[in-house]
Amino acid sequence: MSGVHVSTTINGDPVEFVCNADEPLLDVLRDRLGLTGAKEGCGTGDCGACSVTVNGRLVCSCLVLGAEVGGAAIETIEGMATGDQLHPLQKNFISHAALQCGICTPGFLIAAKALLDKNPDPSEEEIRFGLAGNLCRCTGYDKIVRAVQATAKEMRGA
Amino acid sequence: MPLDTHFTNQVFKSVGTRPLRPDGIDKVTGRARYGADYNAPGQLIALVLRSPHAHARIKKIDTSKAEKLAGVKAIITSADLPDLTGDDRGMKDTLENCMARDKVLYDGHAVAAVAAIDATTARKALKLIKVDYEVLPHVTDLDEALKPDAPVIHSHIFTSGVTPKPTKPSNNNRRSEYGHGNVEEGFKQADVIVERTFKTEQTHQGYIEPHACVANVSPDGQGELWVCTQGHFVYRNQCAMLLGMDVSKLRVTASEIGGGFGGKTHIWTEPLALALSRKANRPVKLTMTREEVFRASGPTSSTSIDVRIGAKKDGAITAAHAVLRYQGGAFPATWADFGAQTSFACYDLKNVKSEAIEVIVNRPKVAAYRAPSAPMAAFAVESVVDELARKIGMDVVDFRIKNAAKQGTQSSYGPVYGPIGIGPTLEAAKNHPHMKAPLGKNQGRGMACGFWFNFGGQTCVDMNVTPDGSVTVAVGTIDVGGSRASIGLMAAEELGVPFDQVRVVIADTSSLGHNDMTDGSRGTFSTGMATIAAARNAIKVLCERAAKMWDIPEDAVVWENGTAKPAGANAGSFPPLTMREIAEGAGNTGGPIAGHNEMVADGAGVSFATHICDIEVDPETGASKVKRYTVIQDAGKAIHPSYVEGQYQGGAAQGIGWALNEEYIYGKDGRLQNAGFLDYRIPVCSDLPFIDTVILEIPNPNHPYGVRGVGETSIVPPLAAVANAVSNATGVRMTHVPMSPPRILKAISAHKG
Amino acid sequence: MRYEAPDSIKAAATMLAKEKGAAFVLAGGTDLLVKMKGGFLEPDLVVDIKRIKGMYDIKKSAVGFRIGAAVPGVALGENAALVKAWPGVVEAANLIGSKQVQGRCTMVGNMCNASPAADSVPALIAAGAKVAIVGPKGKRTIPVDQVAVSPGRTSLKKGEIIEAILLPARPAKSGDAYLRFIPRTEMDIAVVSAGVNLELDAKGVIKDARVSLGAVAATVLLVPAAAKAIIGSKLDAAALEKLAAACSAACKPIDDKRGTIEFRTKVAGVLARRAVMIAYSRAGGK
Repeated sequence: MSGVHVSTTINGDPVEFVCNADEPLLDVLRDRLGLTGAKEGCGTGDCGACSVTVNGRLVCSCLVLGAEVGGAAIETIEGMATGDQLHPLQKNFISHAALQCGICTPGFLIAAKALLDKNPDPSEEEIRFGLAGNLCRCTGYDKIVRAVQATAKEMRGA
Repeated sequence: MPLDTHFTNQVFKSVGTRPLRPDGIDKVTGRARYGADYNAPGQLIALVLRSPHAHARIKKIDTSKAEKLAGVKAIITSADLPDLTGDDRGMKDTLENCMARDKVLYDGHAVAAVAAIDATTARKALKLIKVDYEVLPHVTDLDEALKPDAPVIHSHIFTSGVTPKPTKPSNNNRRSEYGHGNVEEGFKQADVIVERTFKTEQTHQGYIEPHACVANVSPDGQGELWVCTQGHFVYRNQCAMLLGMDVSKLRVTASEIGGGFGGKTHIWTEPLALALSRKANRPVKLTMTREEVFRASGPTSSTSIDVRIGAKKDGAITAAHAVLRYQGGAFPATWADFGAQTSFACYDLKNVKSEAIEVIVNRPKVAAYRAPSAPMAAFAVESVVDELARKIGMDVVDFRIKNAAKQGTQSSYGPVYGPIGIGPTLEAAKNHPHMKAPLGKNQGRGMACGFWFNFGGQTCVDMNVTPDGSVTVAVGTIDVGGSRASIGLMAAEELGVPFDQVRVVIADTSSLGHNDMTDGSRGTFSTGMATIAAARNAIKVLCERAAKMWDIPEDAVVWENGTAKPAGANAGSFPPLTMREIAEGAGNTGGPIAGHNEMVADGAGVSFATHICDIEVDPETGASKVKRYTVIQDAGKAIHPSYVEGQYQGGAAQGIGWALNEEYIYGKDGRLQNAGFLDYRIPVCSDLPFIDTVILEIPNPNHPYGVRGVGETSIVPPLAAVANAVSNATGVRMTHVPMSPPRILKAISAHKG
Repeated sequence: MRYEAPDSIKAAATMLAKEKGAAFVLAGGTDLLVKMKGGFLEPDLVVDIKRIKGMYDIKKSAVGFRIGAAVPGVALGENAALVKAWPGVVEAANLIGSKQVQGRCTMVGNMCNASPAADSVPALIAAGAKVAIVGPKGKRTIPVDQVAVSPGRTSLKKGEIIEAILLPARPAKSGDAYLRFIPRTEMDIAVVSAGVNLELDAKGVIKDARVSLGAVAATVLLVPAAAKAIIGSKLDAAALEKLAAACSAACKPIDDKRGTIEFRTKVAGVLARRAVMIAYSRAGGK
């Protein structure tokens, strides 16, 4: 199998890699680039633990080929904080106890950020449907929804 | 110094507050390292070949072609894992589950494993392994498995607990019985008797992180294992036994764990990774796919349960009888016993009998799942209790209050209760606004109670006071849901220092004595107890050092608010010494300051909960939606209330999923048809409402702070609470879980006639 | 496996036609990659069509909409004109998978996966949509209901690619709707579904209608008898009852892990009835 050479941008940084043609972006991030914040919970797009954005679109990185992302702009959990400043979502997930085991947390944060970028004032229902692609087995989602609500309010300056 | 474990009422400074969890930043930035996030230099990638058959004899495994493939470094079959388990039948079964020997016993049973330079090569190698099977008749349904003409899965299993001892082997592995009084006499006194049969389908723990490990074994017999587990000491002990290693030579480091719920209390592929590493003399990484997780790890039992309860018109239960059939998958187990023991534990009964029947089927070996076996028993019993109350014409809460167990009650499984929370949770339910809220069209309300034993077990803690006076606590129980925060709070409380002066870490197996697993809701209870003891030991040392520094007798120093003080005017007049001041001088007063404790944490207080559920059912489609949900549970003492609430909410959500949509679906061919998160339907965010919680604190008399385990009980009532709600919304008693839309619609249609 | 991302549809068709092994088109990949992960497909060649000009475009003209093959679900919902004209089609497409899947999945992919449970297909069939196909022998256009022939199989020939979906212009006083049944509120495959498109006369009487059902047969069904049941009516109770009965009668479902024959047959009628009422209201009917 001959490798595919790809030049792309991840969290604002230029990145080059060689991957197999059939290799999911998730495997490239985790196994080739050491970005293990995106998790493989299923590998079939059903759990959202591998969520990243590609050119601003929320996707499951397990359902994107590494070969496809040449010239794209990819954002992962590793790029969410700015230096030592956590994103308000990250802060509120901790302060609202919105994580227990934490394996789903990176995916939830990426999805929640994509939601708030599009809709700064979502209703509870919009939050719940906006995050329906991310499975959490620990929390019953209660504290996750509350953390997102608190963040939306804080970011609106309300 | 042994710890006085008696509860002492006190005003807490740290316990009961809600500090930020110490592992929070790592987990929101993607830095926390879970099972699959670790790589060893030069590691190989391992994959497992699994049986496509539910039951078959392995005639031959030919690995020769795969071995010749470039990049393949090791292939193992059961021949590479000789049976070293001696007389330990349980471990022999574990070995056989990790790798099939002469027979495969379920779809997904491992038959061989490969380690290669990369995943692509390993995948190719798996395809080159040829397994010659003789397919045998199979049985996956537990009631079918008990029939006389069912295929017998193990020829060595003769039902235990029956007389005379059977002469033929069968799939009925074990029968046992619990209770007291005379149920037949009791039923004679009853005015009303309700009797029903229930079925629950098999569910999976559904942790989001698949099992993953990196094994590294050298030819000198030393090894290391990085693994996601709920009990790295137990994994070490069991893996060492199966591999023929000295326990001390295998060092196991636990990764962060991405959920377990009991599913990571058992070893699965870890011995295979170790054996491959030993054979290849290279580190080996083995990660299960989601499909493998469903087919070959976890699940809990499917059940069929008969319940019969009789009561007088005034609401007093006169007799209760249950027959509980649980399947343990392809291996003998005692899951039905847990079901039988917990079934009537909420009630004060004169005449009670629970019979447990343990069944073997061609399904994966059943693993613990959060209060294992209790939710199904509670579903059956609490459904009948609900129906009985209504038949008598009594309020369902009042009926339960009238019959609730209390201090001094002899429980249905034997012990006499101390102070317990069932009555208080019921009273709280009765007075909760949820109970009085109006219901809309097509809506129904249900409630149910639940019980779990909680466990204690072997525990070991090292506490070290560092040179600047801050404290490290090394514990051996895995943090599955925030226990580093709760243990830190207890250490801070006992030492009288701020929470952020304490750092709690999970030590590897070579750095601490044996610890039992994080199971049985024991993490915060038992490790908390050992932490309190270790802190008291450290305080003793701190006081001794202060005495030396002041040159006064040791018993003239007391510890208050995180400082050493002279015990009184006679001891002398010295300004208090802080931890830092004492620690800085430790080199001159006797060396490093530490506290240790090793114990068996007895006295885990039993736990009760009452749940209330409102549900709306679409009568035309059978679709249901939980509209409101309230959890009321006794925590003994909530150390970090946010994470206690989290346990309540998480257990409720898992129970709701079990009640409504989660189930293993097997085809006629004995293969699992829904081994993925698409068709194994755990609740998504939009399926659930906010889950209200009420924390009651009825102190456990056997813990210094009154702590009871809180992790498991919350999954016990939901199946029944949801079923009672659906039954009330539709007017049809639901007896089969999950209550998926086709089942609800069918029940409604049948009822209409 | 080889990965190619040509910049013209002709080049893509040629690559697919020439490939001797297993060759697949990649747009959103939300079905293809799942099948690859499960080992159900082992492609020798994957041709990514997303670098071809026009594949991401939604073009509105006098005759209707032309939707490029790589337009993801989320972009359909962002196109106000399309949402206004074909709310049922957009809702159907937006029900596929999660928000993450919406960032990638396409209606053409949904169609070419050839599952009878595909969400967008009943809505497209009810809408009378067509697809523009490019192949080694040139171009052709066929109705959507001629794409899937059986579960997992399409009528496309080797080297053929669907380059766009063609939706007609929306006539006055008309509306569409799509409903599906799933056990959860999200993330499931339709157990049964119904798409409806209808047009009213000046008095609000239904003068034309198309009703389609998903997940009740080997392919998505167009049910003329169901349409007939409501044409000429203002959706009185008798017409709705007839419609539901016609839908249930048309079902030829199977029992599987997602639902039973009994359930699908019954709920098909319920969903069709509910979808017709939404479409009727959207058409301005009262």
